[in-house]
Amino acid sequence: MTVLSLTNVTRTFGPVVALDDVSLSVEEGELVGLLGPNGAGKTTLLSLVSGLRRPDSGVVRLFGGDPRDAASRIGLGTTPQDTGLPPTLTVGEVVDLVGRHYPAPMPRAEVLARFGLEDLVRRQTGGLSGGQRRRLAVALALVGRPRLVLLDEPTTGLDVEARHVLWQALREYHADGATVVLTSHYLEEIEALADRVVVVGGGRVLADDSLAAVLGLVGLRRVLLTVPASVRLDGLPGASVVQDGAPSGDGVRRTVLASDADAFVRALVRQDVPFRDLEMRGASLEEAFLTLTTRDGVTAPDQPVEEAAR
Amino acid sequence: MSTLTVRPRPFWTLAVVHARFQFVETIRIPIAVLGNLLFPALALLFFVVPQRAVADDPLAATAAVAQLGTFAVMSTCLFSFGVGVSEDRAMPFDPFLRTLPAGAGPRLAGRVINGVVWSYFALVPLVVIGWLLTAATITPVRALAAFVMVPVVAVPFLLLGLAIGYRLTSKAAIAVVQATLFPLAFAGGLFLPPEMFPTWLDAISKLLPSRAARDLAVQAVTGDPAYAGALVVILAWTALFAALAVLAYRRDEGRRFH
Repeated sequence: MTVLSLTNVTRTFGPVVALDDVSLSVEEGELVGLLGPNGAGKTTLLSLVSGLRRPDSGVVRLFGGDPRDAASRIGLGTTPQDTGLPPTLTVGEVVDLVGRHYPAPMPRAEVLARFGLEDLVRRQTGGLSGGQRRRLAVALALVGRPRLVLLDEPTTGLDVEARHVLWQALREYHADGATVVLTSHYLEEIEALADRVVVVGGGRVLADDSLAAVLGLVGLRRVLLTVPASVRLDGLPGASVVQDGAPSGDGVRRTVLASDADAFVRALVRQDVPFRDLEMRGASLEEAFLTLTTRDGVTAPDQPVEEAAR
Repeated sequence: MSTLTVRPRPFWTLAVVHARFQFVETIRIPIAVLGNLLFPALALLFFVVPQRAVADDPLAATAAVAQLGTFAVMSTCLFSFGVGVSEDRAMPFDPFLRTLPAGAGPRLAGRVINGVVWSYFALVPLVVIGWLLTAATITPVRALAAFVMVPVVAVPFLLLGLAIGYRLTSKAAIAVVQATLFPLAFAGGLFLPPEMFPTWLDAISKLLPSRAARDLAVQAVTGDPAYAGALVVILAWTALFAALAVLAYRRDEGRRFH
């Protein structure tokens, strides 16, 4: 069964084309990662699906209905931005407020237990730490036992341990049969959770495939090697992006994203480049995504490489 | 578990849920509401109580309390719920609430219920001062009539506040509410009784929701009949403001995209 679909959807904000003739559909039980730089149209896409906004043209369907009808949203769960929780309400009250909109919500205790929030039930949300607020925000998406969960950047700003707790909760909820669509800046998160990846850039769908296929689509290899600082690798055949790393002994550790790793290594040898400690592996989704968005003339985000190195 | 057979929760259930949580939110920052309670009470204390000609005349004193009571209700509704809505809209929690399976109706109704409840609270200091320091009197039947009259007075101004709050940003909303509240209050005879108005102002005044509300409130507490058509005027404004509020809510898509 199709849970959500967009057909030739365009949405503009003044001169900005946020979504440009996008078609996309998600079937029951999928776990889809929505990936793209800031301003790519991810949040606009989610706001259309959750009924917050109307498309300028095209059709958006949620469980076969118009998402702007309340009845269509009974099976939908979304997260608020954690900075926006009503500060004077307690954790328990916010959970109740949201749960009462649904016909068969999870009991308050179950929701809190899934996210380790039991001890905070009487705390006002204004007094929570960032991580606690984030967990509550994701918990609110699941209170109504929705069949579709939309998560916009669910773990932004969380430490590694808290992120893994949330991932586990999401995997469990997905294993119960729910459909999950999430956006993330943390590409590691998409790689850890999603089966299917949709890459959005400049308001268009650049790639839509399984995680492995999206990685394979760009066929990037990451080549690491140490060379003397004076050696430039940019011009060599097969090298797409060269990043300088830390000095290592008498040389510099460089990372090369190679569209054709074989040609690159052959060139290294043929030109007698004095390299050592050669390493090679498949590129991360992050790198695949960087290549996809830059190849299509879309400005690449300014932070992905640092985030990958995190 | 087919979506087609599952309906959203009943309208009034959701309206009460929203009213309850909005009430809790308001009561935890009571200073906002207290400010609204204070101004009419001080006006009664400083401008009516020292004028013994008014304060010692049961009819005039009771009318003065009703008049300032109307102002208290009007300002509570326009400020707390008009400006309040525009402030809520600037918070990221508001778009989240809009994704829940409830239409515009229950949330608006919840705000209206909450506004009426706070209007009753706004009247308490006025009634206490009027009772202790003036000759104002009321019979049990008229007290009941006044109790019933409060929502009739509150609802149109709440809806006007909501229409402003859903249409404008909070800074613009504050300015518009101030520019609306005081002229309406003055021309509606909430500060000076309409008996002191020149005839042309009295004629305009009778078309205003504030005047209609004032005269109905005075009628409820003193039995002094309101002008003919007061009820029609207030119902017409209520219908207009309701339409504007629903329209503004439907048009609203949350904050603008940047």
